[in-house]
Amino acid sequence: MTLSPDTDEKLATYAHPERLVTTTWLSEHLGEEGLVVLESDEDVLLYDTGHVPGALKIDWHTDLNDPLTRDYVDGARFAEVMGERGITRGTTVVIYGDKSNWWASYALWVMTLFGHQDVRLLDGGRAAWVAEGREMTTEVPQVTPATYPVVERDDSKVRAFRDDVLAHLGSPMIDVRSPGEFSGELLHMPDYPQEGAMRGGHVPGARNVPWARAANEDGTFKSRQELESIYLEEQGLTPSDDVVAYCRIGERSSHTWFVLTHLLGFDKVRNYDGSWTEWGNSVGVPVER
Amino acid sequence: MTADLRAGLPEQMAELAADFHAVGEKDRLQLLLELSQELPALPERYAGKMDQMERVDECQSPLFLAVEVEDDADRTVHLFFDAPPEAPTTRGFAGILHESLDGLPAEDVLAVPDDAPYRFALAEAVSPLRMRGMVAMLSRIKRQVRLRRQAADTAAGS
Repeated sequence: MTLSPDTDEKLATYAHPERLVTTTWLSEHLGEEGLVVLESDEDVLLYDTGHVPGALKIDWHTDLNDPLTRDYVDGARFAEVMGERGITRGTTVVIYGDKSNWWASYALWVMTLFGHQDVRLLDGGRAAWVAEGREMTTEVPQVTPATYPVVERDDSKVRAFRDDVLAHLGSPMIDVRSPGEFSGELLHMPDYPQEGAMRGGHVPGARNVPWARAANEDGTFKSRQELESIYLEEQGLTPSDDVVAYCRIGERSSHTWFVLTHLLGFDKVRNYDGSWTEWGNSVGVPVER
Repeated sequence: MTADLRAGLPEQMAELAADFHAVGEKDRLQLLLELSQELPALPERYAGKMDQMERVDECQSPLFLAVEVEDDADRTVHLFFDAPPEAPTTRGFAGILHESLDGLPAEDVLAVPDDAPYRFALAEAVSPLRMRGMVAMLSRIKRQVRLRRQAADTAAGS
């Protein structure tokens, strides 16, 4: 049984309000049966410094990525990762994290590949919870493991591979990186490690809409109206468009994927997680500057 | 830890690396967290003066670094780091370097192998991508030590 959605007024304006919860909703439902809260951060130690009471850690790198192949874990490993956190197929999962929920969006997107039905983001992420002075703890909860079924990942709906992007050239594509990366002047996010792309620039035809434009200063999502004015009016997209989003390794574009899919109700948005680290290194693919 | 892992490391760095190797992955992260918490606060001369420190752009979170080299015979090195509490991994990396290198003669710091950050068995636990931050910190420390030792030598010689 999944938990009832957050009926907050702001959330109600979004296309799929059931995909988000507010800090108020979360604090009221903490500890309820059928709810598991996960923290997914860029910083691997942040959870250990203190987290939402009852929350469990999920690491994008060690839990969701295959250690050998550049790909996500398979159904068997995913079942383990979920099961050891007490998650069943029917569990309501709320994910939050640092850096405006980049990695939380990413974890939510990976859970979507496995078709987990009820997975939500905490609007504003970890920063919102901390800013409101809500309770934090370093206590790691004891979990009764659950049985999660081994499900085949379905990459066809929300994930794009390099060849899909080649076939998509000329159709709507959003590059969510910073303007400097988009123009080719920078080969990495400002202030972030070099990730070794041999070419700078962007996929031909892609529009540059940095992910952060969808977020307020405090990390919460902008209102439906503000988001529509960016993606629909300014960029001329419509919710029936087939859209591909990418960034550098797929985490920032998960944030935009979430915005387009769940907040604006686009039908077909795929995240190209290979992103610039793959495209900028691939032999023979076209690059635009 | 095998002899190879210790090769070329200054004593206190080798000891710390051995500590990381002696424990399992979970405790290894706990050790890193402790080092992040033990990272000394900035002395007054640097507090709030980020323009006098070097920013390490390669770190996933903002980290500022200052290096001082004493006028003594050893050209003793002192390291100062600043990183936000929301970036414990970055602080932990800084903690390792502080614990390992602060107070050593300039020559010993310059002799630290460039692959030293990989000798702490952390790549698996924190991902290779994140390790690049510590590699960058070490190379910037060595560059600054080189520059400041040169300046101290020149001043002493003139």
